[in-house]
Amino acid sequence: MNKNEVVWIARDFLKCSGCRRCEIVCSLHHEGKIWPEASRIRVFMLVPGVEIPHFCAQCNDYPCIPACPVEALSVDEDTLAVLVDREKCTGCGLCIEACPGNIPFLHPGDNKAVICDLCGGDPECVKVCQEANFDALILVRLNKEAAKRDVNRRLFAQTPEEFTKDVAVNLFGEKAEEVI
Amino acid sequence: MPRGYAGKFLEVDLSSGDVKDVTFNDDVLRNYVGGRGLAAKILWERLGEKWESVDPLGPENLFLALTGPLTAIYPGTRICISGKSPQCNGIIGSTLSGEFPADLKCAGYDGVIVSGRAEKPVYILITDDYAEIRDASHIWGKEAIDTIRILNKEVRELLENKSPNAGKSKQPSIIYCGPAGESRVRTAAVLQKVSHAAGYGGYGAVMGSKNLKAIVAKGRKPLPDVANPVTVRILWREVDRRYCRRDRTFPGMWGTGYGGYAVGARTSSEPVRNWQEEWHDEKRFGGPKFDFRYWVKRYWSDFNCAGSCMKLAVIKTGPYKGTFTDNPDYEMEAYLGPNLGVFDPGECIYLSALMDYLGFSGINGGNTLAFAAELYQRGILTKEDLGFELKWGDVEAFEKLARKIVKREGIGDILAEGTYRAALKISEMKGVDVTKYAVHVKGVEIGAHGTRSGLDYRPIGYACSPQCGDHTSGVYDAYGDMWMVFADSAVVCSIVADRELIWDYYRAVTGWDITQEEWNRVLGHRIIHIQRAALLLGGPDIVWDPKIHDDNPPRFYEPLPSGPYKGKTTDRKTVEEMKRQYYEAIGWDENGIPKSEVLKKLGLEDVDKALEKLRK
Repeated sequence: MNKNEVVWIARDFLKCSGCRRCEIVCSLHHEGKIWPEASRIRVFMLVPGVEIPHFCAQCNDYPCIPACPVEALSVDEDTLAVLVDREKCTGCGLCIEACPGNIPFLHPGDNKAVICDLCGGDPECVKVCQEANFDALILVRLNKEAAKRDVNRRLFAQTPEEFTKDVAVNLFGEKAEEVI
Repeated sequence: MPRGYAGKFLEVDLSSGDVKDVTFNDDVLRNYVGGRGLAAKILWERLGEKWESVDPLGPENLFLALTGPLTAIYPGTRICISGKSPQCNGIIGSTLSGEFPADLKCAGYDGVIVSGRAEKPVYILITDDYAEIRDASHIWGKEAIDTIRILNKEVRELLENKSPNAGKSKQPSIIYCGPAGESRVRTAAVLQKVSHAAGYGGYGAVMGSKNLKAIVAKGRKPLPDVANPVTVRILWREVDRRYCRRDRTFPGMWGTGYGGYAVGARTSSEPVRNWQEEWHDEKRFGGPKFDFRYWVKRYWSDFNCAGSCMKLAVIKTGPYKGTFTDNPDYEMEAYLGPNLGVFDPGECIYLSALMDYLGFSGINGGNTLAFAAELYQRGILTKEDLGFELKWGDVEAFEKLARKIVKREGIGDILAEGTYRAALKISEMKGVDVTKYAVHVKGVEIGAHGTRSGLDYRPIGYACSPQCGDHTSGVYDAYGDMWMVFADSAVVCSIVADRELIWDYYRAVTGWDITQEEWNRVLGHRIIHIQRAALLLGGPDIVWDPKIHDDNPPRFYEPLPSGPYKGKTTDRKTVEEMKRQYYEAIGWDENGIPKSEVLKKLGLEDVDKALEKLRK
């Protein structure tokens, strides 16, 4: 990949089938086993039919990083993804609070923060979603400097509840009020 | 412990409140695998000696929810529900799709065995290697959407409070029964995700009889390890390539939701007005009408399956505004469409969703609604009996009747017993034989595929099957049909279960050396024999005589009255001949009872002993 280019995972919740194969390949890649709860991408289904793949949006202002009291978080200069230093992480959960979408979570095995690292620039989740032809996850390539200035990214740092409300209204119309 | 299994089962006695872990030795798991097979083994071992006296709706019955070694690891994640069936008094393995089995295995459990009866409504909450019985009085009586909404919120809060730093908790997975199950309606299903149901068998009523509203699971551990990860990975992709087609053709594109038109118009085997006809050419009931008007999500899947045969249907305008369900799939389309004289997709979606919300099996409960409507058509049931008119196609009337059944009001109390039992009672009440209008096999209402045109289901598929009316597991030669027994025991979805790859997949997951040949000739047969023995022993209210009841319903022998196959019907001679061949192939005597030497050879001496009294 071009050194001046980075990838970003665009998402279309309306197209997510909820197959959760992204969770499977993510955990196979990072953990060596099928471990949905340790997957960097987590599909929330707070209402049946409303599937929200929830994962780091790489906000250009990175509110999680200064929130970490032990400087365990840093930006990968190649990919702009947030990296977690698992040696340093104490599992305090402050990065989760600082994230507008409460996207990070603690690993069910060792209680260290888990954040999407974009698989180093070649994300597995996108491949499996594309293979299935769902296009709920799409890889976009951007100029690195432009990406750093792209404030729209942080709009995708929302909680699963917030996303669910919107998608439910889109899918169910007035019924959404009742099902949420 | 073999690979692919979480390693233990949860046993809950609702009478005493005891919760404990149980395990089965490798021999049992190798022979019976899981799901339907293991259910047969467990039920026979624990209840076999007193089978005839066990009331399926009494505390002595067991409610089983069992996964298999392939569950969640093979695409198409399902769980098998079983127990002594309140429909046929035998053992049925009834599977349903959703994330519950994946969560259960991640929590460290391969299945749940529930006995006894709770004094008050309860639900069982399962988290990592832990389970507790919790009060469910606040969700008792609630329909599907409220049940899920309340439990989701309650359990997520509980999990987040338990680990306050850990971040957002994903939703737990829930299997539950609806109001129909609570009222012990024999056509009640066990459900998941509003619209996914284990319908055959009537196990929703078993849940209700135990005061068990739901089982909720959230597992945070990994899925069990497999014996050969590299092979599993390759096979996983290959199954996906074969069944979950990139181009989204079958089944991804159509689901089975285009069948509502196609099965009627092409194969003439779709139930119309309680099976009085099996042909229609109503193009307004065609797929595109569902598709473009109602499907808001065209590809909806459960854990690990990109097949997405489900579609999310929402009605956004008109009197049924706000209704949502999946698809409906073909069976729901047929049973809550043409079989009720309904040919409008919106009305069909509404009725299909209503059955989901109330907790009916759409197939079984839909069958009973149509049976009542035919009796009304024939003047046997009247406005006085029902409280209203019940004409074909009258959505409002069918809704009223469904709600009457759930509340067990008046005629609803009789129809709540399922089509066959209701037929017996109404025959007695009215002094005319109405059992000939009951379309069932051994108390289980039949799937929406007829045998008369000769183009769809096999003539003995239902008649000789221990799963009775189940359309997913018909029998034919005691060899090829064993494959479905395997899918139900390893517990994977039959739509994506590849007949060729599944054996390699199974070996790669478990590390065992079972071959298709061994399964089809030995292991599968054991399960069928146990199911058969339980079915023939039956009781306490009904006992089946294979000479009479190993047969299709009378309607399947009436000539088709319309369509391109007008005049055709199921050939009795063919049925008799196929039955004879099947009995011989599976090892049953001329009366349909498993032969002593066959059972002994398979090591089923106790089954043989229990059947002695039937051979006299």
